[in-house]
Amino acid sequence: MNDKKKIKLAMPDLSRAAGPLSSIFAIIVGLIIGLIILLFANSSKALAGFGWIIGGSLQSAKDIGNVFYYATPIIMTGLSVALAFRTSLFNIGASGQFIMGALGAVMVGVHADFLGSFHWVAALLASMVFGAVWAFLPGLLKAFYNVNEVISCIMTNYIGMYLVNILVRATVYHKLTNRSVPVKATANIPKMGLDKLFPDSMVNGGFLIAVLISILIYIMLNKTTFGFELKACGYNKDASLYAGINSKKNIILAMVISGALAGIGGGLLYLAGSGKYIYVEDILAPEGFTGISVALLGMSHPIGTLFAGIFIAYITVGGSYMQLSGFVPEIIDIITATIIYFAAFAQILRGALQRIHFRKAGDRS
Amino acid sequence: MNTVYFLIQQTMFFTIPLMLVAIGGMFSERSGVINIALEGIMIWGGFCSILFINMTQEALSGQLLLMLAILVAMASGAIFSLLHAYASIHMKADQTISGTALNLLAPALAIFMARMIQTSGVQQIPFKNTFRIEKVPVLGDIPVLGNLFFQNTYITTYIGIGILVVSAVVLYKTKFGLRLRACGEHPQAADSVGVSVYKMRYAGVTISGALSGLGGLIFVVTTSTNFNENVAGYGFLALAVLIFGQWKPYRIAGAALFFGFMKTISATYSSIPWLQGLNITGYVYKMIPYIATLIVLIFSSKQSQAPKAEGIPYDQGAR
Repeated sequence: MNDKKKIKLAMPDLSRAAGPLSSIFAIIVGLIIGLIILLFANSSKALAGFGWIIGGSLQSAKDIGNVFYYATPIIMTGLSVALAFRTSLFNIGASGQFIMGALGAVMVGVHADFLGSFHWVAALLASMVFGAVWAFLPGLLKAFYNVNEVISCIMTNYIGMYLVNILVRATVYHKLTNRSVPVKATANIPKMGLDKLFPDSMVNGGFLIAVLISILIYIMLNKTTFGFELKACGYNKDASLYAGINSKKNIILAMVISGALAGIGGGLLYLAGSGKYIYVEDILAPEGFTGISVALLGMSHPIGTLFAGIFIAYITVGGSYMQLSGFVPEIIDIITATIIYFAAFAQILRGALQRIHFRKAGDRS
Repeated sequence: MNTVYFLIQQTMFFTIPLMLVAIGGMFSERSGVINIALEGIMIWGGFCSILFINMTQEALSGQLLLMLAILVAMASGAIFSLLHAYASIHMKADQTISGTALNLLAPALAIFMARMIQTSGVQQIPFKNTFRIEKVPVLGDIPVLGNLFFQNTYITTYIGIGILVVSAVVLYKTKFGLRLRACGEHPQAADSVGVSVYKMRYAGVTISGALSGLGGLIFVVTTSTNFNENVAGYGFLALAVLIFGQWKPYRIAGAALFFGFMKTISATYSSIPWLQGLNITGYVYKMIPYIATLIVLIFSSKQSQAPKAEGIPYDQGAR
């Protein structure tokens, strides 16, 4: 027994850290490929452009604040997708849930100003409910009719987009600009002191709410029976059924919570007081799809997702400066896609690390 | 009667790309690899071939240019899909993740390249549509049938139908098809009798790439004169068609026809007099294909006939 312990001290089992390690590996590969593409596109300015990606967000307190502002909604959609992943569900419908949540927030934010200082809380709760309701449908279809949630989520994305268009026009429409009217000042999320820390930036208390929710989801998943049941259904449906876990209920609940998270993301963005309005146009909300990247990069771990969201926002803000060097900001999407692609290789890396560990430990089992 | 002709012709425009992409997906999934990247491959195939048309249309035009563009679309789609094949077959990656990565990569790369290559610096790639066939000689003169299927059409419609028939034959009547299906149902068994599971899966994914690339080109050519690096979620709709079609060629064709018709109604409601008379907002019609998909899936998902081994990386040691 003692010997084994000593060996373990000598060589820590790196395979346990395979998750974060493979994410870091993927990020490095993604950035290198980004640099190569920049070199191909315009070799004389490539290094300057790459410099913007790496350091553009660190120029001032304002930029750092904006990183947190951009991170807020994608942390929420990332959490939404990550939670569903933990239950073996692929919630590609975060986009629809996000925009439904935004609609709920804007409707309450515009029409319910009698609520006073409680107004923004009510608007945020509305976004949560709208998002949850919109994810309930695919959850229900999955649990009772075996409908593949990827397909039903894609359908509800489009249906949600058109439904939001109809409802915006019917309830909160500003005809001249073809978008929703601004929410009342009381519906804007308070700055919670962040405006002092990051002057002139768009960051607000929404970021703190997103951090808080990440921690809550972490506790729910890892420290509660409910979270354990959700994960158990994800690992092995039959075994969890045998253990007396109601998998139908868990599928629906996982989707509803997932949708609520995406919905809050919509609420946090459109109540940020940063001049965001819902436009009446046929475009799916991109935040929902960015959420998939965020969740994958964060290895579907709530805290990992939090950092992944900040990272993606970081290179996005940096990338927006790249136009100064004559590059189009889509390079950021290419880098993100590459990172996700290589993050998919995590399994191989984990196996390799395990082999190294066992070889060092002299145990070839 | 003219309205009916118009509706049927329009339906074919929407149906053919959907059907081809879904058949592509069928080859991939029948070999055991889930291909959620159909959308991305469509975009990439569409981008390469439309860029090709854009750059050569001064010298070439008409059916010859279209045929060359088809080859470009299929080749570029097939090459792009190799990324997915490599990740999910050799690297044993999570197929949903690598597919998602391709879906992200394709539009980003296409927009980036379009803006870097084109002197105008915009992402839209314009092209002249010289491909429409007003009337097929002889066949177009047949009453009713000629009006329905041989007027105001594209050569791609007939290519699409040809590919459908060939696909069904390949899948069910050839050695290759049998082996492909075996790899999707029970790869260990296939391997034990000497079938290379890796090769079969590469073949499945590559075919899906070629057909998706072609679908991307057809979608853009028949519905617009300007490529904007998106195919309106058709790759995802094709996934739904694939499931509704229960992974079988002719059922996929039927499912695609159904969606094509729904899509036609949602796109052309304003030119159908009696629908316009109902005075419903256009967004309701736009929702119809998606709502119909959901309803249809409720009824067709209970006894799903998905290939048993799809989505599971093949591990020789796990016999």
